[in-house]
Amino acid sequence: MATVAERDVASERARAAERRRRRRRSARRRQLVALAFMSPWIIGFSAFYVYPMLASLYFSFTKYDILSQPEWVGLANYRFMFTSDPLFWVAIRNTLWIMVILVPLQVLFGIATATVLTRVKRGLPFYRTVFFLPTMVPLVAAALGFIYILNPAGPVNRILGLLHLPEPLWFVDPRWTKPGLTLIGLWGIGQVMIIFLASLLDVPRQLYEAADLEGARPWQTFRHVTLPMISPVIFFSVLIGMIQGFQYFTQAFVISKAGDQDHEVGFPQDSLLFYSSRLYQQGFEGFHMGYAAALSWVMFVVIMVATLLLIRSSRRWVHYQGGFR
Amino acid sequence: MSATTAAGAAASAERSRRPVPPEIRRRRMLLTVANHSVAIALSIAFLLPFVFIVATSLMTNQQALSPNIWPHPFVWSNYKTVFEAFPFVRYTLNTVTYAGLATVGVLLSCVPVAYALSRLQWRGRQAAFLLVLSTLMLPPQVTIVPLYVVFVRLGWIGSLKPLIIPLFFGDAFTIFLLRQFFLTIPQELSDAARVDGASELQILLRVIVPLAKPALAAVALFQFLYSWNDFFSPLLYAGNNPDSWTLAVALQQFTTLSRGVLWNLQMAASLLFMLPVIVIFFFAQKVFVEGVTLTGVKG
Repeated sequence: MATVAERDVASERARAAERRRRRRRSARRRQLVALAFMSPWIIGFSAFYVYPMLASLYFSFTKYDILSQPEWVGLANYRFMFTSDPLFWVAIRNTLWIMVILVPLQVLFGIATATVLTRVKRGLPFYRTVFFLPTMVPLVAAALGFIYILNPAGPVNRILGLLHLPEPLWFVDPRWTKPGLTLIGLWGIGQVMIIFLASLLDVPRQLYEAADLEGARPWQTFRHVTLPMISPVIFFSVLIGMIQGFQYFTQAFVISKAGDQDHEVGFPQDSLLFYSSRLYQQGFEGFHMGYAAALSWVMFVVIMVATLLLIRSSRRWVHYQGGFR
Repeated sequence: MSATTAAGAAASAERSRRPVPPEIRRRRMLLTVANHSVAIALSIAFLLPFVFIVATSLMTNQQALSPNIWPHPFVWSNYKTVFEAFPFVRYTLNTVTYAGLATVGVLLSCVPVAYALSRLQWRGRQAAFLLVLSTLMLPPQVTIVPLYVVFVRLGWIGSLKPLIIPLFFGDAFTIFLLRQFFLTIPQELSDAARVDGASELQILLRVIVPLAKPALAAVALFQFLYSWNDFFSPLLYAGNNPDSWTLAVALQQFTTLSRGVLWNLQMAASLLFMLPVIVIFFFAQKVFVEGVTLTGVKG
């Protein structure tokens, strides 16, 4: 990275000591300039990540309601979480539902819609716009829209009734809340779909032609050509899906409180109580800050461990063209 | 992506020069019809919720609660009533304030950071970039408890400050996107400016920023929309003070405001809330499609 000026200096028969001193000075200057440019992030990272992570670790060993001083309780919060808090496990089970059922369904539907888009030649921009549009709708508005559409006397049940199909109570019936969430989730598939579309269009045509020549059936082509080629994107979607599972809050919160703001978070019957809902409920409705901090640390550790495991396992099933990018 | 499409187009042009047997042509035609049928069916499924929402926003409340799917008569005045039924203008102003200042903050703070992470050589750069990437993965819930306590001490709860001020100190997503873009700008341009005696700040402002305008526009758009749509943070920090509510929070609280569910007004308000986003989307569709691809595949 030697600049012309530096090279000139080097070519001069200047004394070695002088040269070294000057180089050290310019390196130090460069370092200072870089740190000056980095300063917003350095402040932000310290104030909004390092400090909160440490403070939250401390709070997680205390009983703390903000009004009075934190009171040291050792591992009590963690013990309560794993052994005595029944809603913790409900929240875990519901969050696992997102990661194991909802996210894979979204990935499958994303691949399917993207595949449809690769097959239509004319009208691609139109279809792409239509399929992507729901993703732009703010989550609160989408949730409110679906609460209305899926209300027991709403348009969807009206259509189901005309077809002589059962008319579920959707967001009022704990058994039907998750199918309802699935509909919202599949409606907003746009991001996943666009990523898969780009990845599908990136698969070299020669590979398909070769498979065609060898007489591969469509399924075989998909399994042995397409799937390995899009596996990096599947990996990315699963990783993001896991993190989003922990964050899942808005839709569930809006649905629970629709109709009556006094409904508890997770209504009906805690079927919509997700990990973040439990954290919100404990920290910011009950002001059990110590317990909420413990919940957030468990979340942090699980995300870190799961990410490492996913990355490690990815070497076995993710196919990178030309090595790891 | 465009290269592949172009290659594909060339290949198919070559193929079409040869005469196609009628059998194959018929089969291809049937396949096209089948593909379009699936695409049209999916389009209807994706658009139907919009139709229901628009229809309901034009009904009387009795109609909205009845099994009618189509409004009769059309109550266009619902859209006026929304503004009278609750302080819609105030919530819109709050939302614009939050989204606007957040965008300014993110641009001001992330441009120099991305510059240092992509175009300056210094010790610790790789480590700093890894830290940025790791915060990219962290959900806000992880740090929220102590931050809430800090904002209580500062007296910021009930205002928009906790939402806006942190964004003046960098945002991992924006830093990452801008860094990726800055890396694509040829190094020779900076070197030439350096030979001319330009300082790093001058290089950033006179060389890099003008070249990075599309990327800056994209991250500004993303941040604006993120803040416009954001629900969790405004609920948490401003939820206790109706004067600071953003549209997302106000819409969720609508049932309290109207003392009961008024579905027609709720849907009209939701539509007004999503309208700017959808309009922006139609004008800047390319940015979204390419932005998503950039973050998704090239990450």
